[in-house]
Amino acid sequence: MAKFIVSLDGQLVKEYEINKERLTIGRKPHNDIQIDNLAVSGEHAMIMTILNDSFLEDLGSTNGTLVNGQPVKKHFLQNNDVIEIGKYKLKYVNEQPSKMNQQEFEKTMVLRTPPADAQKQKSPSDTQSTPHFVDTNVEPAGRAATAPAVAAAVAQAPQAAPAATAQPAGQPAQPAAVGTIQILSGPNAGKELPLAKPLTTVGKPGVQVAVIAKRPQGYFITHVEGASFPTVNGKPLDAQARQLQDHDIIELAGVKMEFFVKS
Amino acid sequence: MMTLSDALEIAKATHTGMVRSHNEDSIVTDVEIGLAVLADGMGGYNAGEVASGIATALISNETREALVKLEPHVVDQRNGTLVASSLLREVIARANASIYHSANTQPQYAGMGTTLVAAFFCDNKLTVAHIGDSRCYRFRDGKLEQITRDHSLLQEQIDSGVITREAAKRSQNKNLVTRAVGIEPEVEAEVHTHEVREGDIYLLCSDGLNDMVEDEDIELTLETMGANLPLAAEQLVEMANDAGGRDNVSVVLIKVRKGFPANGGWLAKFLSWLK
Repeated sequence: MAKFIVSLDGQLVKEYEINKERLTIGRKPHNDIQIDNLAVSGEHAMIMTILNDSFLEDLGSTNGTLVNGQPVKKHFLQNNDVIEIGKYKLKYVNEQPSKMNQQEFEKTMVLRTPPADAQKQKSPSDTQSTPHFVDTNVEPAGRAATAPAVAAAVAQAPQAAPAATAQPAGQPAQPAAVGTIQILSGPNAGKELPLAKPLTTVGKPGVQVAVIAKRPQGYFITHVEGASFPTVNGKPLDAQARQLQDHDIIELAGVKMEFFVKS
Repeated sequence: MMTLSDALEIAKATHTGMVRSHNEDSIVTDVEIGLAVLADGMGGYNAGEVASGIATALISNETREALVKLEPHVVDQRNGTLVASSLLREVIARANASIYHSANTQPQYAGMGTTLVAAFFCDNKLTVAHIGDSRCYRFRDGKLEQITRDHSLLQEQIDSGVITREAAKRSQNKNLVTRAVGIEPEVEAEVHTHEVREGDIYLLCSDGLNDMVEDEDIELTLETMGANLPLAAEQLVEMANDAGGRDNVSVVLIKVRKGFPANGGWLAKFLSWLK
């Protein structure tokens, strides 16, 4: 279950579990998370939660809302985001399920919404008005339990939910060493071709083409088309991909080239 | 019945992935009748495989049988769509009934179900039926385009503006489908017919591919390896596994080598002129 850890000047104030679809934050007492401080607006911000995803929306507060130091209007919360409202900090904790549960958790489940007109015909156990999960695993997947009420709310009032602001997904760091091909013969001799993309084509389409794939464990060359196969260090490739080593010499479509790794 | 063996090239690949203990995906392709079916099963123990296996086998067998006496390219007078569309709907309804029945009569299969995408080529057209989050993409003129829309919570959220497509990649609600085969007594397949062009490559895949590999990398693969379809299929599976392979991954690639009009011959034209 996701939660907020509220702190002031580094001192823990209180923890709040996200146990409902709409949580409000503000100075007035009716808020779910009440912060009694003059820098906080009466109705300051709102958290909309849809199953395992939570969205923060500033409700037009006087002094604004920061997430990780940046002012936001709407924000799709990620684990360990820190919301700042006045001098208070709210840390959003939505830990991935443990490794053991992860696999179960990720398995596809069916979210059923019984059609209104079909409900009459169903057995009493099936006539609940909220959608419910059919967990197709024998073991219930842990965090699905809170879903029905929330999912029903989504279906009824999607317009009430905040639109998330787009943020580029974190790109995994690329390995420092970049493979490069240098052409050794022919009219393009001397030219370098960095192998930056996941796949790089070399050769002449329709004549002889090979592809060099960038994989986590290195670079691999594979024959794609053409009657004859390229050679690496004088040996022809077979149908299998072959891992390239630093300073391997590739020859295809009559052109020699060298593979090397730039660090 | 004409055969599409010369007009279409089909390659497929499936893999358990790097995390799961067994492969619950099933693929059946039948190039002669121009059919490819991919199903991603779910359910405890081996029930997922059973559900996806029933779906692919039943749909391909019954389609082949029905085509002996049907003309799939003509309009079905009952509903105004192509007979091909009606046919896919019917065989999918039968697969649904069969899986639902097994799930409700055999305890070891309780709760099993499957997502599904089926592609049927006929008369220079492609009819695609899908249920759940198994997808069909079209690669044409160097661009990849998804031509099915997932039946999933996340897609509904994207459609209603709750979440952007970009933010959806970080969602923790990826695994929730809103429709599946075999879960309810009846299910409606979403069916659309598209014009096909020579050189098109169609991709059917389970979510194990598109959850792990960005669309632009799928596009790059079809661009660089489209000349060698089996290699491209293996490459897609490899990319999913290199990215973590958290789920079973299955792909079917169908390349349109040349047109396949239903009424190509002079006799057929003459007969239609007589009518």
